[in-house]
Amino acid sequence: MLKGLGPILKRELAGYFITPVAYVFIVIFLLLTGVFTFQLGGFFERGQADLRPFFDYHPWLYLFLIPAISMRLWAEERKGGTIELLMTLPISQGAAVVGKFLAAWIFAGIALALTFPLWITVNYLGKPDNGAIAAGYLGSFLMAGGFLAIGACVSAMTRSQVIAFVVSVVLCFGFLISGFPPVVDFFSGWAPRTVVDAIAGFSFMTHFQAISKGVIELRDLVFFASLIVVFMVATSVVIDLKKAQ
Amino acid sequence: MQATSSQAGRVEIRGLSKWFGPILAVDNVSFQVEQGEVLGFLGPNGAGKSTTMKMVTGFVGPSSGTAVVCGHDVTEEPLAAKEKIGYLPEGAPAYPDMTPEAFLNFIADVRGMKGEHRRKRIGEVVERVHIGGVLRQPIETLSKGFKRRVGLAQAILHDPRVLIMDEPTDGLDPNQKHEVRALIREMAPGKVIILSTHILEEVEAVCTRAVVIARGRIVADGTPEQLQARSRFHNAVRITFRGAGVTAADAGGELSKLAGVASVERRTEGVKDGSLCFMALPKRGHPIVAEVGQHARARGWQIDELHVETGRLDDVFREITANNSKA
Repeated sequence: MLKGLGPILKRELAGYFITPVAYVFIVIFLLLTGVFTFQLGGFFERGQADLRPFFDYHPWLYLFLIPAISMRLWAEERKGGTIELLMTLPISQGAAVVGKFLAAWIFAGIALALTFPLWITVNYLGKPDNGAIAAGYLGSFLMAGGFLAIGACVSAMTRSQVIAFVVSVVLCFGFLISGFPPVVDFFSGWAPRTVVDAIAGFSFMTHFQAISKGVIELRDLVFFASLIVVFMVATSVVIDLKKAQ
Repeated sequence: MQATSSQAGRVEIRGLSKWFGPILAVDNVSFQVEQGEVLGFLGPNGAGKSTTMKMVTGFVGPSSGTAVVCGHDVTEEPLAAKEKIGYLPEGAPAYPDMTPEAFLNFIADVRGMKGEHRRKRIGEVVERVHIGGVLRQPIETLSKGFKRRVGLAQAILHDPRVLIMDEPTDGLDPNQKHEVRALIREMAPGKVIILSTHILEEVEAVCTRAVVIARGRIVADGTPEQLQARSRFHNAVRITFRGAGVTAADAGGELSKLAGVASVERRTEGVKDGSLCFMALPKRGHPIVAEVGQHARARGWQIDELHVETGRLDDVFREITANNSKA
C-alpha cells in the first residue's frame, strides 16, 4: 500500500539538507527557543529545575515555524510540475503523502532534539523530573506533527507557498486557541453544550499542556494521532482533486 | 490477454474521454501502438495531446475509457502499468535543488534498481544523453537543453517497454534535436514510443505513424507518407520554362486543360525574367509529371525546372485541424 515510501522519505529528508533551508530553520528555532526560555520565560529567575518556560512557548513558536516547513511540501511540486513526475512513478499516492509528512516530521524532530543543551543545563543546575521533561518533548513532537499535517494539507491546495504559509498559520491558530475562554465563551452563548465541548476538545493547547505536565493520557495521544491521520487522508483527497490543474 | 501482451510492448487506448468541468478535452480517443512503432501525436495547442498522455501514464484519471499498457489497465493496476512506462512530462520537470546524479539515484531507488545493474544503467544513460559533465551541478543551474536531457535520462533509466514523451525536443537547439531524434530512432525497435510534438519535421524524421488530434478527437491516423498524400500539393508539378512567344495566360490555359490536371497556379516569386513558372495540381493526387513534361516538349518550351511535390505535412495539418475546428 505504501510502495515507494523509503525512496520518497530519503529524498525529502535529504532535500532539507542540500539547501540552506534546514540550517537557517534550525538556527532560528534554537535562537528563538533560547530567547523565549531565558528572556521571556525567566528560566533562571524562577529558580526551579524544570523546562516549563521552554515548553510553554512551543505552541507559539510552532505556529509560525511549522507552516514554514510545510508550505513547500506540495505547493513546490505543483508549481515546478514535478508532481506529474512523482505521480507517474510506480509509487502509491499514500507513500508520497506519508513520506513527505514523515520527512518533515523527522526534520522538526531533529530541530527539537538539538535543544538538548537545555536539558543538560537544567540537569547540571538541579535535579529536574526527567520524566516530565521527556513527556514535554513527546508532547511537543506530537504537536509539531499535528501542525505539519494541517500545513501539508493546505500546501496541497495551492501552487503558492506564500498562500500555503498564511492559510496554515491561520488554521493552526484556530486549532491552538479553540480551547481558550474567549472562543469557548463565544460559542457557549448559543451553541449546544456538546458542540462547545467538541470545539474546546480540538485545542492543541489543552492536549499539549496535558502531556507536557508529565501526564501522558491515552486520549491526548489519540487526539494527535487521529488528527494527523485525518489530515493526511485529506491531503490525499486534495491531491486527487487538484493535481491536474 | 495477459500472457501474450506481457511479452511484447503494446499500448491500447480504449475510448478515452476527459471532461474538465463542462469542457470535453478528450473525446473518445482510441488507438493501439505496437512494439517498434514510433507514434507521433500531433495537434494544435489545447487539442488534448497532453491530457491524453497524462491519462495513459496514470497522472490524470479518465472520465471514461481506459488505457492498457503491456496488459495492465492503468485505472485498475496503476503501479504495474507505471512500472512499464518511462515518461517525460511536458517541460521535463525535475527537482531543481537536486543534482542530476542524486536525481537519477532517486529514480533508480523508486524503480527498485539495485547493485551492479543500477550502476551500469545510470552510467549508460548518462553517456547516452551526454550529461556526464554536469552530474554534480544543481539542476536549477543547468541550461534548458541539459534539463531536457536529464528528464530524458530519467525516463529511459529503467529501459522501459513503453516510452511516452511530451514534446521531447521542445527548446533544444538544432544539434540537440538531432541527437534526441537519433536516440529515439535507436531505441525504437525494442519499445513502444509515443511522442507528442507540434514540429512537423520531427514526425517525418522519427515517426513511423502519426495520429492527428483536434478538439479532443482523432482526425487522422496513418504513416507520415499517407498524411502527406492528403495534401492538395501531393504529386503537384512545378514547372519553370522559357517559351518563345508564349504568354502566361495561354500556357496556363493549356496546362489546365491536360487530362490529369485539376488546376494551375502561376508562381512569380524567385522566377527569372523571361521565364514562366506554374504549379499544376493533380486530380485526386494522381501523378501528372509525365503528362506535363510531354506537353512542354511537344510545345517546344525550354524547361528549366520540373519538380514533383510530395506534399507538405504542415499544409495537411492546417487543413485537417482547421476544418475540424470550424465544425
